[in-house]
Amino acid sequence: MSEEISLMKGNEAIAYAAIRYGTDGYFGYPITPQSEIIETFMEAAPWKTTGMVVLQAESEVAATNMVYGGAACGKAVMTSSSSPGISLKQEGISYLAGAELPCLLVNVQRGGPGLGTIQPSQADYFQTVKGGGHGDYRLITLAPNSVQEMADFVSLGFELAFKYRNPSMILTDGVIGQMMEKVKLPEYKRRRTEQEIREQCPWATLGKTPDREPNIITSLELDPEIMEKNNERFQAKYREIEKNEVRFESIQCEDAEYMLVAFGSAARICLKAVELARAEGIKVGLLRPITLWPFPGEAISKCADRMKGMLTVELNAGQMVEDVRLAVNGKAKVEHYGRLGGIVPTPDGVLQALKEKVIK
Amino acid sequence: MLQEIVISGFGGQGVLSMGKILAYSGIMEDKEVSWFPAYGPEQRGGTANVTVVLSDKPISSPVVAEYDIAIVLNQPSLDKFESKVKKGGIIIYDPYGIHHEPERKDIQVYKINAMDESMKMNNTKVFNMIVLGGLLKVEPMVQLENVMKGLKKSLPERHHKLLPMNEEAIVRGMDIIHQERKAE
Repeated sequence: MSEEISLMKGNEAIAYAAIRYGTDGYFGYPITPQSEIIETFMEAAPWKTTGMVVLQAESEVAATNMVYGGAACGKAVMTSSSSPGISLKQEGISYLAGAELPCLLVNVQRGGPGLGTIQPSQADYFQTVKGGGHGDYRLITLAPNSVQEMADFVSLGFELAFKYRNPSMILTDGVIGQMMEKVKLPEYKRRRTEQEIREQCPWATLGKTPDREPNIITSLELDPEIMEKNNERFQAKYREIEKNEVRFESIQCEDAEYMLVAFGSAARICLKAVELARAEGIKVGLLRPITLWPFPGEAISKCADRMKGMLTVELNAGQMVEDVRLAVNGKAKVEHYGRLGGIVPTPDGVLQALKEKVIK
Repeated sequence: MLQEIVISGFGGQGVLSMGKILAYSGIMEDKEVSWFPAYGPEQRGGTANVTVVLSDKPISSPVVAEYDIAIVLNQPSLDKFESKVKKGGIIIYDPYGIHHEPERKDIQVYKINAMDESMKMNNTKVFNMIVLGGLLKVEPMVQLENVMKGLKKSLPERHHKLLPMNEEAIVRGMDIIHQERKAE
């Protein structure tokens, strides 16, 4: 066994990967099922080694605004929570998007609505990819399906956030957050120096220098003519992200007659459902969106031409299915199967739903 | 080889850590592993359970509906998981917390008096290691040597002096487990 392989929870992997990425600050507030993120930071005490700030804020709202402050200075900063806490953060997330601030957000979803349950859910899909806060904005949304991807998507999330000056979100759930698997953590990177931040983030508010006008970070613009221009700039950026950053995984779709579409923990369950179906001689494939926004609509649309039918599997009442139907645009039948409120579907349940709803 | 196992009992019996040690042992043998706990209200005083999957190939789903092996350490766990053992699969139970014994005739039933044995050893904390020993006797999915390596890895260094006691408990568990019923 390599020294590098560890056994840990998805939540722990996020914290360790963030320290190794050279993250400058984490601001959070505990909530099940993501509390291990802040607990791991506290135990690892990175302020003694990398100098990273770890702070338990007085509330989720405060934590998000601390992220705003850190990000405005070009720092790599992050926060995490679970569904009800993420709802509290939405005002701040809209401001972060409006001020074009790069940062990493993590939502380890639990069953809702309201305080709901503490068990796994994917019912915040709409909230994440369709807005959540007010205004026309988008979050780069990554959906890990393993503990390894929890670790890997920390650096990916930060890289995309800084590349496009836009918040990134890791949208995961209680299954991936709480489960342990083997993981290989990334190499240590040192935190950027202030000089490097000045060079890489010329927009950052690190103090005015004589050679330029003051940098201003704000989402406020009272002149609607200018605000429309700002929005057009955001939209152009979003189109660019849609063009460049779509990520998905296609499993056994080449010869498939039916296709499952699922992300995160649901995709793991579907992977087993594909095995079960193929053992019965039913040709099933799985398309797993890795980025939920930008959504792999084009890839799904291409598959639709040769599928007899599709089933989206989600831990919700049917959210991503709307994006799949938009992509498929009537070319194939698209049904949905989900369990609600914190119940996790089983592979057998998925196969049965495929037979009943799609194959018949 | 794919093994889907559930370990279930009262919170505090060491169910989750037994699963973790099993998973660590699997890693020592270069297996793929997943460990998925019921982290809900059960963890706070009722029944705790964890699903451990060991495999030679990448593991598709960490969430399992039917198990190869169920280890049940109290009555609510037996009630919950007896029906979820695959036909021909294995149930291991400790009669200490169980009033109605397993009824299914199509699974193999093993009994281990681990709680009594841990009291004889004057150390109820090694209860879960006795059960683990029993499991490894029934299904030698990992070598004892690798369990000890896994244990070493999962225990903080300040507890390493407890390793010999844990090994003794595992060996004791291997000795005392016995088959009550074969699958019909």
